[in-house]
Amino acid sequence: MAVDLGERFRGSWRGMAERDRAIVSLGIQVGVSILLWFVDGALGYGAAFLFALIWRRRLQDPWRLALELALIAAFAYPVPALAIAMVILFAAFRAPQRYRRWLVPGGALLAAIAYPFFQTHLFTIPILGAFPDVGTGVYMIVFVMMAVGLNIVVGYAGLLDLGYVAFYATGAYTTAWFASEQFAHRSIHFGAVGLIPANIPGIHITIWLLIPLAGILTALCGIIIGLPTLRLRGDYLAIVTLGFGEILPQIARNGDNLGGFNLTNGPNGILPLDPPGFGNHLSSWTGGFLPANYITCCKRTLLGHAIQSNDVYFWTALVLLVITVFCSLRLRDSRLGRAWIAIREDETAAAAMGIPLMRTKTWAYASGAFFGGVAGAYYAAFKSNTFPGDFFFNISVFILCMVILGGMGNVWGVIIGAAFLAYLNQFGLGNTGAWLNTHIHLFGWRPNIDVAEHQFGIYGVIILVMMLFRPEGLMPSRRIAAEMHEGVRDEPLYDVVNEGT
Amino acid sequence: MAAEASTSLPTRLASRRPSLIGLLGLALVALLIVWLVVNFFKEPSTFVEILLIGLANGCVYALIALGYTLVYGILELINFAHGDVFMLGSMFAVTFASSFAIHTGQAALWPILVVIMLLAMICCGVINTTIEFIAYRPLRSAPRLAPLITAIGVSFILEDIGLTWKGPAPISFPAVLPQHDAFVIWGVNVGWDKLIVYIITLPVLLVLLWLVQRTKQGKAMRAVAQDKDAAGIMGINVNRTISFTFLIAGALAGAAGLLYALYFTSIQYTQGFQLGLIAFTAAVLGGIGNLPGAVLGAILIGAIQAFNEGLSWHAPGSDWTESIVFSILILILVFRPAGLLGEQTPEGG
Repeated sequence: MAVDLGERFRGSWRGMAERDRAIVSLGIQVGVSILLWFVDGALGYGAAFLFALIWRRRLQDPWRLALELALIAAFAYPVPALAIAMVILFAAFRAPQRYRRWLVPGGALLAAIAYPFFQTHLFTIPILGAFPDVGTGVYMIVFVMMAVGLNIVVGYAGLLDLGYVAFYATGAYTTAWFASEQFAHRSIHFGAVGLIPANIPGIHITIWLLIPLAGILTALCGIIIGLPTLRLRGDYLAIVTLGFGEILPQIARNGDNLGGFNLTNGPNGILPLDPPGFGNHLSSWTGGFLPANYITCCKRTLLGHAIQSNDVYFWTALVLLVITVFCSLRLRDSRLGRAWIAIREDETAAAAMGIPLMRTKTWAYASGAFFGGVAGAYYAAFKSNTFPGDFFFNISVFILCMVILGGMGNVWGVIIGAAFLAYLNQFGLGNTGAWLNTHIHLFGWRPNIDVAEHQFGIYGVIILVMMLFRPEGLMPSRRIAAEMHEGVRDEPLYDVVNEGT
Repeated sequence: MAAEASTSLPTRLASRRPSLIGLLGLALVALLIVWLVVNFFKEPSTFVEILLIGLANGCVYALIALGYTLVYGILELINFAHGDVFMLGSMFAVTFASSFAIHTGQAALWPILVVIMLLAMICCGVINTTIEFIAYRPLRSAPRLAPLITAIGVSFILEDIGLTWKGPAPISFPAVLPQHDAFVIWGVNVGWDKLIVYIITLPVLLVLLWLVQRTKQGKAMRAVAQDKDAAGIMGINVNRTISFTFLIAGALAGAAGLLYALYFTSIQYTQGFQLGLIAFTAAVLGGIGNLPGAVLGAILIGAIQAFNEGLSWHAPGSDWTESIVFSILILILVFRPAGLLGEQTPEGG
């Protein structure tokens, strides 16, 4: 009896479980995009993107992202990436429920840790240009940390903070004061390593103490700013925080002569700062795993990759980021975090339920500030300098733009939005401009645009378009999306109307 | 609306607030007065001259602050982009000035300046109305922070337009104002340039007052500011009234733009942000939503700025101007959030 192969195939296809069908058809799609990629890079990239778009409708929330990442990765290492995509898919459909939600973040983290190893082998993204180098990676992670911190204030608690750069500045100056020669008339050394000469004047404290110290100082700063202002309604709060965001950098700028005392060295900034490191003792005790000094470290080669100074900074930043994200997630699910969300949704009802408004908001402010301080402190140590010019209002809006783009309230969205915008700011815009200038010619007209010059106009457009068309962000949390579309009763409880008149 | 619903609570809170903070505020004001008085007796004529400079600054700030206050009164929205509309106003003024080729000693200088001012006012009014239409109107029912965030976005876009249009370097406006003194009283030199600033500002303010308090459209504005729904029921076209308010606010910003260019003779695309914040502070200082309050606040802020930059005895100097202005903003919001003359939602009260 002749077997109708087609019929048999269709039969087994119909007989397959929904998940298996999904796996097979996704495999086919990935294969097709890879084939297309061999024909023409951009074509395959487009196909993969298209497939990812189709698939995101059919997969659960976090898996979409993993899939899209895997598809993009497929073009760097087609065969291994295909295997990884299949593993992710398998996990998405078969892994026990309780592990699933950590699989994608875990996978992304592993990929990030391995990033310095495969960065040089990656392909060039069309239009945007090459993948960021590891130094840019540190910059991106620092901004992601700040965005996650700001997300606590804006996303969780619904308080608009336009002066986040003040916290960044506080953190950066904490490192600058306590790990440099700024206060040369004092000589305090505590755990600082790799100083040349070892008895250099000034306050030198190890960065591992300074980072939490910066966080705590910044949180205190946040409380001091917050206490008088958090009574105000949202839009006033925004302006007052903006005011603080302008005052602190101005103090930094004029701080070279505060009644004869040189606090910040004015516009010349403070430099150089002590390099981070663990010291010879710890380094030899761990067999060289922990570098003695981040700048002079790294003589070894691992998996064919000569480890650079920047790589170590990158991994340290990743550790800080993981801590930040972990704290942020745990805070969100804590009693405090639920109180923040309640306040965001309806202040009056939250107060009626017994939530102390002022205390809860102040905590939101302090927690957000803490991470801003940590990020600022680490970034200053990475750059080894601090200038007042780094702390413009534009940076506050830039971080706000990251939060809005990714999706207020959703940590994963914020991380991706922030990483993307930080990359765009550093490289993407310049490369885009170069691409436009070489590729566009309409009837003999060639543009000559310096796209990077218009960065803040572009962020303005992003903010405007997002708020008008997708206020919940690209990767919204379901709750925020509902609030944005159904509206909330966000009339302020404390209103200044009739008060004091 | 909610303002009525929560009336009793803040009043109780206000009475419970420890008087220590109030005393602290009084002490700060007393300190300021002592500083001013000492400075006055050290050099009386310089003091008054600086006050006149402050008054001229205050006139420019007042025109911008009125825009904030008008929009806040009607929409309860801080129109963050307003400062940048003012910046564009300056750019329009420079453009028209160069197309009319104005120069010192020109025969028909004053009529041309008036024409330039009207043109700048029209342009800025149209821009402001367009902004409202594109960026704020779709978000009427969204959470309160949404339009504020779009306002920031619009502000950045406008700043970028200014940058693209005129470039990053400061642009100079022809110095057509006579620099010599108009007259001297009691040893105080009153310069023509400041006098002209007052002379230009005053009619604009009077026309605005007349518009809001005497015309039908002004009545509609006040009604919409009080209660949008009720105003709609009474047959007022709410959207058109709001557009009209933005038109006026933009026109005031355009006038301020010309005045700024005329008086300071140097403009830059970043001026909108800084002056916008100063003007906003002025509006809050006087009591936001309150038209006379905005003018009073602007003059106070202008005077404080001039004193800070000009006085000799223990003045922090121009490096600290922004910090001082923002400290005033924060102190006002802490000690007297309703402003000096009290916050009023209905325009002009």
